[in-house]
Amino acid sequence: MKVAVLKGGRSLERGVSLRSGARVEDALERLGHETIPIDAGGDLVKRLTAAQPEIAFVAMHGPGGEDGTVQELLEILGIPFTGPPVAACARCIDKVLAKHELRAAGVPTPDWFAFNETAFRELGAADALGELEQRLGFPLVVKPSRGGSALGVKFAADWFEVPEALVSAFSYDSRVLLERFVEGRELAVSVLGGEALPVVEAIPGGGDRYDFEARYEIGRTDFVCPAELGESEAAAVTGAALAAYEALGCTGFSRVDLILGDDGPQVLEVNAIPGLTDTSLLPQAAEAAGMSFEDLVDRILALAREPAAA
Amino acid sequence: MEETPHRRRAHTRSSDLERYAGLFAARTGVMRSSAMRDLMAVTARPEVISLAGGLPDTSTFPAATFAAQMTRIAQESTAEALQYGPTEGFAETVDCIIEVMGAEGMLPDPDDVIVTTGGQQAIDLICKTLVDPGDVVICEAPTYPGAVPVFCSYQAETIQIECDADGMRIEDLEAVLAQLDGEGRRPKFVYSVPSFQNPAGVTMSLGRRRRLVELARQRELLVVEDNPYGLLRFGGEPLPPLYQLDGGDFVIYVGTFSKILSPGIRLGWAVAPPPVMEKIVLGKQASDLCTSTLTQHFVREYFSERRWQEYIADLIEIYRGRRDTMVAALREHFPTEATWTEPEGGLFIWATLPEYIDTSDLLAKALREDVAFVPGQAAYVDESRGRSSMRLNFSGVGDEEIREGVRRIGRTIADQVELYGALTSDSAAGTTSAPLVAPEAKPASDGGDVLPFRKADEGAA
Repeated sequence: MKVAVLKGGRSLERGVSLRSGARVEDALERLGHETIPIDAGGDLVKRLTAAQPEIAFVAMHGPGGEDGTVQELLEILGIPFTGPPVAACARCIDKVLAKHELRAAGVPTPDWFAFNETAFRELGAADALGELEQRLGFPLVVKPSRGGSALGVKFAADWFEVPEALVSAFSYDSRVLLERFVEGRELAVSVLGGEALPVVEAIPGGGDRYDFEARYEIGRTDFVCPAELGESEAAAVTGAALAAYEALGCTGFSRVDLILGDDGPQVLEVNAIPGLTDTSLLPQAAEAAGMSFEDLVDRILALAREPAAA
Repeated sequence: MEETPHRRRAHTRSSDLERYAGLFAARTGVMRSSAMRDLMAVTARPEVISLAGGLPDTSTFPAATFAAQMTRIAQESTAEALQYGPTEGFAETVDCIIEVMGAEGMLPDPDDVIVTTGGQQAIDLICKTLVDPGDVVICEAPTYPGAVPVFCSYQAETIQIECDADGMRIEDLEAVLAQLDGEGRRPKFVYSVPSFQNPAGVTMSLGRRRRLVELARQRELLVVEDNPYGLLRFGGEPLPPLYQLDGGDFVIYVGTFSKILSPGIRLGWAVAPPPVMEKIVLGKQASDLCTSTLTQHFVREYFSERRWQEYIADLIEIYRGRRDTMVAALREHFPTEATWTEPEGGLFIWATLPEYIDTSDLLAKALREDVAFVPGQAAYVDESRGRSSMRLNFSGVGDEEIREGVRRIGRTIADQVELYGALTSDSAAGTTSAPLVAPEAKPASDGGDVLPFRKADEGAA
């Protein structure tokens, strides 16, 4: 089969995407497919039109490739593609929108408040921040609404750290959220075709537990898969992950990040197109389920060719 | 249409992470932030005005000269130029090195010189020779960003000494040395870029140079002097290198042709006392046997024409103009709270912003405006430091791009300053339970991030 592998693009996660794409190309070739690697740029549509692929494997992360933009173009061109559909991508990339959907669907997610930059610049929203202490308490986590990996995610231990954290988060997006910090185990559940793969636990090595950049870095964080969970814990975690996946309308594959605290699992976010590099969590989870990377890529392609699920 | 297919690995099983993770050496555990690496990857887009590089301008090197010299090498020395060479380098290359060092008043013994694959390899070989895991290495704060991964990969415990407008604060160094004495520890060496430092652009004063050399002598302490930019002076009086002041007993010297000729030829050197040099040579043998013989021939040809200093004079004119352009642009476009250094040579300006601005995040925002710089944290081993500073390069791009690049960065900063103002305004502070305070009321953090460089307007030109 002729498969276009879309990777790179202009997002800040370009580097990861290029690695995901290269690994997918390897696997596709070993599976006997013809691959057309495309670094998504200004000539994307021209190249797709010229190459006429039967299917597109979207290995892009962050705004542009993971937010529905590229998916919309592929729909217009009539090229089937891997991963979630346009609407699900748009919901997942926007953490604020995603949290509203999750809460509406009864999926547990930590309390939060969201602010637009204009609210601070034009509406004096800083005056409302005082409310946060009662509602969220400290410490809290400040995140850009749209943005992948740990970029711009800051931890605020007290009031003095909030303005600085907001300035950082607003560097990535014009909307940020302030979220209650939930103490607990950090888990990731990859979902493939509506089924949960074994749970991965990220255990930060020594150092600053609030160093978000270290969290998903090999050597600074240990990953355990399958995570050691009791039967009921495991059921609660996968249940919450599948509910989140459904609530946001994902199909194909996605990864749900959660915290398992004293009050059970809380969903932090859903990554519509999680990393597929040698060190990414989805491939690790697939491995634990007995699937090689080729098996995983093959399955993702098969899911993309099935008629769209509801 | 399709990208060139590269070679694929043949294995078909996955489990790559698990398979290799158990094999990694402990030194690989000390990795730099991946988030930062990903940000820097984006700066390579062609439409980005990059003030992030450390590139000299190679566009003015006469192509005809290059062609004639390479032709002559082909006609006269093909066999030798394509052959292995001595690990220490060709004697003729060392002659050129002696000439370059002579231009700054140094007279090393040719036997003490080794030709390396760029100055970077010299730093690596010195660490390989001297540093065991856990050993103390001392350097400047901020330090050359390229030295950080070297120190980390040899698992050194790196202590950074603050700089001010006169370079490394030697009194702070003395305090650290005294403290180490108390712990019964002895640093393996002090690494310094005394002239037009990368990234800070500052130059160590003569008094401090003398004091550092004196300390080295008293304590039998090695100093590694990395001097890539010494000859690129636009103003002020030349200062003697540490090597000259010391005579080569306790100062190991690192030099390079990168900034005075070409970084592409990958030719640098180290000068060290004979016992140290012996080990460095063995280390180099293990690393790469010898430095490129082809490019050593090129340097020999180039120096035989005796015009190498004219080329440096040309570069100085270009860089002086670009520094002036950048300083003028900084004055016009950076906020009044910002400070920056005004170097008398070299390639870099170091700017420091209000402490509530994290320059890694600022870079993400600036990249949307297609402009890039190096966030200050790259110059620190402890990545939580240098967060509000940035390194700006003025040698690699033309005046127009410098002006436009600084204008865009300035606009991005202004946006953040305004936002911070909105977040900490008086009306916000009026709320009952949780007033947000102005920056000056912020309780002292771990501090030390903001270098006490002179405010630009007060700085000597």
